[in-house]
Amino acid sequence: MRPLRRFLDHIKPHFEKGGKLEKLHSTFEAFETFLFVPDQVTTQGSHIRDAMDMKRTMSIVVVSLIPALLFGMWNVGHQHYLATGQEGTTLQLFWEGFKLVLPIIIVTYATGLAIEFAFAQIRGHEVNEGFLVTGMLIPLVLPVDVPLWMVAVATAFAVIIGKEVFGGTGMNILNPALLARAFLFFAYPAYMSGNQVWTHGLIEGKGIVDGFSGATPLSMAAEGNVDKMPEATEMFMGYIPGSIGETSTLAVLIGALILLYTGVGSWRIMLSTFVGGLVMGLILNVFAVNPFMAIPAWEHMVMGGFAFGAVFMATDPVSASRTKKGKYIYGFLIGLLAILIRVVNPAYPEGVMLAILLMNVFAPLIDHYVTESNIKRRLKRANVQAA
Amino acid sequence: MSNVYRIKKGLDIPLMGEAEKVIHTIEPARYYGAKPIDFHWMRTKLMSKEGDRVKAGTPLFYNKLQPDVQFPSPVSGKVMAVNRGERRKILEVVVEADDRIEYEDFGKGEPADMSREEIVDKLLKSGLWSFIRQRPYSISANPKDEPKSIFISGFDTSPLAPDHDLMVKGEQENFQKGIDVLSKLTRGPVHLNLNAVFPPSGVFTQVKGVQRNYFKGPHPAGNVGIHISRIDPINQGDIIWYVYPQDVITIGRLFEQGIYDASKVVALTGSEVLKPRYYRVLRGRSIEGLVKDNVTGGDLRYISGNVLTGKKISSEGYLGFFDDQITVIPEGNYHEFLGWAMPGFNKFSTSRSFFSWLQPNRKYRIDTNLKGGERAYVMSGEYEKVFPMDIYPVQLIKAIMIGDIELMEKLGIYEVDEEDFALCEFVCTSKTPVQSIVRKGLNMMIEEMT
Repeated sequence: MRPLRRFLDHIKPHFEKGGKLEKLHSTFEAFETFLFVPDQVTTQGSHIRDAMDMKRTMSIVVVSLIPALLFGMWNVGHQHYLATGQEGTTLQLFWEGFKLVLPIIIVTYATGLAIEFAFAQIRGHEVNEGFLVTGMLIPLVLPVDVPLWMVAVATAFAVIIGKEVFGGTGMNILNPALLARAFLFFAYPAYMSGNQVWTHGLIEGKGIVDGFSGATPLSMAAEGNVDKMPEATEMFMGYIPGSIGETSTLAVLIGALILLYTGVGSWRIMLSTFVGGLVMGLILNVFAVNPFMAIPAWEHMVMGGFAFGAVFMATDPVSASRTKKGKYIYGFLIGLLAILIRVVNPAYPEGVMLAILLMNVFAPLIDHYVTESNIKRRLKRANVQAA
Repeated sequence: MSNVYRIKKGLDIPLMGEAEKVIHTIEPARYYGAKPIDFHWMRTKLMSKEGDRVKAGTPLFYNKLQPDVQFPSPVSGKVMAVNRGERRKILEVVVEADDRIEYEDFGKGEPADMSREEIVDKLLKSGLWSFIRQRPYSISANPKDEPKSIFISGFDTSPLAPDHDLMVKGEQENFQKGIDVLSKLTRGPVHLNLNAVFPPSGVFTQVKGVQRNYFKGPHPAGNVGIHISRIDPINQGDIIWYVYPQDVITIGRLFEQGIYDASKVVALTGSEVLKPRYYRVLRGRSIEGLVKDNVTGGDLRYISGNVLTGKKISSEGYLGFFDDQITVIPEGNYHEFLGWAMPGFNKFSTSRSFFSWLQPNRKYRIDTNLKGGERAYVMSGEYEKVFPMDIYPVQLIKAIMIGDIELMEKLGIYEVDEEDFALCEFVCTSKTPVQSIVRKGLNMMIEEMT
């Protein structure tokens, strides 16, 4: 890699202050540090440092999303072939989905990174790695037939309003990926809800097999057709319509294992979210007045985006609670609210998104009270000693 | 039986280059340095100029902010140079040593027969008061205060830590005398904190007049700040003093012999040292004779102290005032191609995101590369895993960043020192300069209080 390093060292002066391409300094730096870990050494404090950095952290999350992504691509093809009555090999199905999903990913990354680079340049910061994950999450929570310009608008909204106005990665209050989804959900509901959007080709309506509804298990349940819902194993494996990456609980759990084993994801949040969901499911079971409320609590875990939200969205460390106790409370309430919204308000079948965004807003408050209790404990100790 | 405290949170960083447990002697160095920068909240005023002749124990400088506290020369000889840094700040006073050391005579003393004032006076005059520091703030103790207790940590858990049991060997009498002196300074107990894993040296277990406590667990279990937080936590207005074991011995010698005998044992450690071992040396000596022809080649970092809290010095630099360890590790000033994406079989990390977790018992040669860029806080829960106090570390750091004195107080800044945060800095994914932030916060508090 010497020639590459020499080339970078050769062109570097152009991007530095006073150079011809000074305006692209942040962009150059982002690519340079991407290719080579900088030669910067410790100057103060601890002389040695853990090998973990933000790039590694973010790439671990991206890796953990890959099972959901690959399965999602296959499932997009699978659903499309089901709808059109075709048959194909696994590879054909995957290729069909790949062609449809890749453009969404490219548009997301291109829009988001362009904005990130511009802000980094204006602020004189290094480019933050946070968007690497956001850029992967956004496509996974969108329906496959969403127009690409909408993807671009939503991404821009999420990055600018959701993150950069607060100061960039680490300062944001809401999870940017979910914000992108919420933006589309409320701005363009026709493309984000209903039965038509989850399967490629349904909106156009050409060559669709009679009787193929494209309804997700959640909307079936919301309409009272609980008996038509697929088997729980089918929902667990993910052979159902839904957002691109959310359908397979299995793929999500593989990702969860990677996050937990490497220590990048918080087990406290994941666990308490599932517990919260189960508790609310059980409460609803007790008071069940309609078939949806009677769905076994555990079955909620494999429906819709609950697992995906619990594993990848609720655990976003920036928008989640930061204290240990706070994480339990935060996760538990997300689970509780997600199932409550999902079952009780049929207008929002996907309660997970709203529950997480709501709890994002409350996370600082939860942390505040947890920290206050530490302060009180200290004051009490001082008073006991003084008395 | 004494108390055993179990520390659960923390981290032992497995480094290569532990010192062989044998004490070697070595030729005395030609140059010795005394460094005001080893002390916090210090405004240095010189007492000896270049060219002056000094004896061992002659004060070289004092602290204008605490004028009683003077700092003694470790050897006799000629003041060679006063090295200054930015804005003429005094970095070090260098003394060229005589072949035979002459000592200032401070007179022997029997602490049992002396009043507190006489003891304080003797310590101040000899400059040995500077070995006594206080919490909060980790600054020189104020002779006018009376601490609620005094803490001595009889073991060190930091990376490649020197073995105190070995270093105090044969110093039973001096250590006892030192303890007798210290116990005159407080009406509270003198806590001697020892490790609960190996049987400690008889010097520690047989000394009289101390409250012995035992600690078990990973670093920072040996830090005095952790001991204080478990045994006698600091509330607003409290003062606790602390002294290192070898400094207790030096104080003991002052009363036994009437002189400042600056000898101590230091450990030469680190992956780049060819023969890591212990040496008996005089405080403040140039490390040149110790490391010359005893290190590997290449760009090296010489540290007076351990890798977490020590100070960078040159290969001819001087041993720090409180340090009993020298560490030599490789510099990390190189570019690594796609380093963040590599499997990382030889990269140490507390997260299991590098494949080094496959070899749990290996030791590492870690260099000084920062291993990433500085970022805003993203991850949470990292510091808490290595910070065994009932304090919210990130919240405290943020309070310091915004300069909120009241909040800092509420979150427990009196109980901490930068060394307690060293592991937080090590594990930080965002590469936040935690220790210097904590010091900034402590300095803000001192300003506020005076």
